[in-house]
Amino acid sequence: MLNQISLAFKKAKDEKRPALLTYTVAGDSSKKQSLEILKEISNYADILEVGIPHNTPVADGGQIQTSSYRAIKNGIKMNDIFKIVSDFKKSKNSKPVIFMGYYNMIFQYGENNFLKKCKKSGLDGLIVVDLPWPENKIFSNKCKKNSINFIQLLSPTTSNKRLKSITKDSHDMIYYISMLSTTGGKLKVSPKKILVNYNKIKKISPKKNCVIGFGITEKTISNFKNTDGLVVGSQICKEITRSLNNRQNPVINVSKMVSKLRKKIS
Amino acid sequence: MRIKKGIPVIDQGDRLGFWGGKFGGNFVPETLKKPIEDLEIQFNKLKNNKNFIRERDKYFKNWIGTPTRFIKLNNLTKHVGGAQIWSKVVSDANGGAHKIYNATVHCLLAKRSGKKVIIGDTGAGYAGKMLSMAAKKFGLKCKIFMGAKDIKRQQPNVKAMKKNGADVIPVYSGSQTLVDAVSECMRYWVANCDTTAMCVGSTVGPAIFVRICGWSTSQISRELKDQLINEFGEVPRKLKLYNCVGGGSSSFGFWNEFMDYDKKQVEFIGVEAGGPAKSKKHAAPLTYGSKIGILHGAAQYVNQNSDGQIEETESISAGLDYPGISPLHCFLKDAKRARYTAASDEEALKAYQIVTKYENLRPSLEPSHAFSVAIKESKKFSKDTVVIINSCGDAYKDRGILEKKLGKKYVKSN
Ligand SMILES: Cc1ncc(COP(=O)(O)O)c(C=O)c1O
Repeated sequence: MLNQISLAFKKAKDEKRPALLTYTVAGDSSKKQSLEILKEISNYADILEVGIPHNTPVADGGQIQTSSYRAIKNGIKMNDIFKIVSDFKKSKNSKPVIFMGYYNMIFQYGENNFLKKCKKSGLDGLIVVDLPWPENKIFSNKCKKNSINFIQLLSPTTSNKRLKSITKDSHDMIYYISMLSTTGGKLKVSPKKILVNYNKIKKISPKKNCVIGFGITEKTISNFKNTDGLVVGSQICKEITRSLNNRQNPVINVSKMVSKLRKKIS
Repeated sequence: MRIKKGIPVIDQGDRLGFWGGKFGGNFVPETLKKPIEDLEIQFNKLKNNKNFIRERDKYFKNWIGTPTRFIKLNNLTKHVGGAQIWSKVVSDANGGAHKIYNATVHCLLAKRSGKKVIIGDTGAGYAGKMLSMAAKKFGLKCKIFMGAKDIKRQQPNVKAMKKNGADVIPVYSGSQTLVDAVSECMRYWVANCDTTAMCVGSTVGPAIFVRICGWSTSQISRELKDQLINEFGEVPRKLKLYNCVGGGSSSFGFWNEFMDYDKKQVEFIGVEAGGPAKSKKHAAPLTYGSKIGILHGAAQYVNQNSDGQIEETESISAGLDYPGISPLHCFLKDAKRARYTAASDEEALKAYQIVTKYENLRPSLEPSHAFSVAIKESKKFSKDTVVIINSCGDAYKDRGILEKKLGKKYVKSN
């Protein structure tokens, strides 16, 4: 039987479009609101990445930092984040959920405890920004044993040799970082070049679902229609900030944005 | 946990860069794996290359000005009435602090690898000032990341950086101090690692940065060992080396050559920043039993909450105001080679007053922390005990703070 993540990719493929993956920070701007956002955007997105906010995020640009600091300031704790996931997974529009976070949060919870909670909450996958290969070998195996997809990251600096080893050790899904950038950077590489690298990965590892993230926005997304999946994060976080600043409802605005993103790749 | 003899501590990490199996490592985004590996290959080759060592020593001697003085503090010794108190005046080095060694080595490496830009973090402003000096010397463009709070409290060093042509980029996130500056510098490197070299300002960060920095500052103890043998004919039988510890670069460099001595003969005492006496916040993870966590790419003892969020620190000394600590010091602590304690803001200020009253020496707020503990403990030691404090920074940068806390007298009279 295919797992939820692979099923989501298959469904998108059947509809001849890339899967749409969104990234929002758990607890931004409050526990309740971030759950509402997940419930709304799951009408349009195929897989939901949920950020575990961390206050020393070395790979995140301004927008995601702002969302993370806001969530932490509003008191979000690891256990609240698990609760958000399990509540969402019980909702009628539930979609696969992937955590994206920094290793210290997992380390403090204890790897085994953390995975137990992930499983109990119904989490499907995990991206750990600062636990690269081969450092992640033991932990990614643990994830596999718990039926949680450990998603390996690849970047333009990844050598061919590394690429082969990493894809070999990866589970069903891999994540290609489009350019040298933190999250939230402007797309500074041509889509053509990004697709060359993407195709190289697909050639080495044709069966794995490969998504592209970083620099994907309403403006750029339609350049990447022939891919397995696309991740939009910073633009959504920015929309939450903008809505709050203008005293508008982020749930409505973000949902509108994700619906537009979906239309652009359908 | 044990330290091996005869092997430099910087080379005692395992295949993945962990000291003692659990401190350090490379908790970095995938994008940085390649530039880090490139730097590792370059450094491993060059650190044993005679030409490179000769080049390093040439700049250390002619440009930094080695050796820095090793002096007896006669008046202070008399005043305290116990051990002989000496100081290694590392603030003699060009620029006024030990940060120049690491900055110079990083610029030499960057130059050799064809990089045109070098970036760095700074707290007290010394790491930034020195990097800006070295960058200028070697024809590199330079960008310095500095917390907005530190920019305000360490103006003399900010001015120096700008004069050397560096871009000083204020960091407004978090506590607006060193921890945020290092994060922002790493972010910039993630986005520009193809053209830009990064220098981490202390023995922190991914393992290779810990190693390069420790290798560079070890110049201090190489000099000191010669100076001790000159002065005493041998390494004294009862030697105690006091050093302040922020990230841990000056202390590691001050101790490295004496690593294999029995600690009964050569004792290492690291002094962390205890923060204001009345505050719960501090920058002393080793002293106050912080748990192991990940900060800036390395596993270390770090101030954090139960979830793993890094906690804000507080210290009068911008250079020590950091929630983590070098993996090297975590290793030395757990191997019981070094002892760690803390001095409060008030104790450091008091020590500054005492030292400047009795001696023609003006330690910045960072080494004043070490002086505080050394003075206190020296009272109890025998006369044949040799206490040495690394005076690793000059108080010029702290003028504003000293004037505010102690009055004009303490700024002018020195
Ligand atoms: C004079 C001085 N001493 C000590 C430190 C602390 O750093 P470390 O522990 O790496 O020597 C600093 C850092 O800025 C400094 O400027």
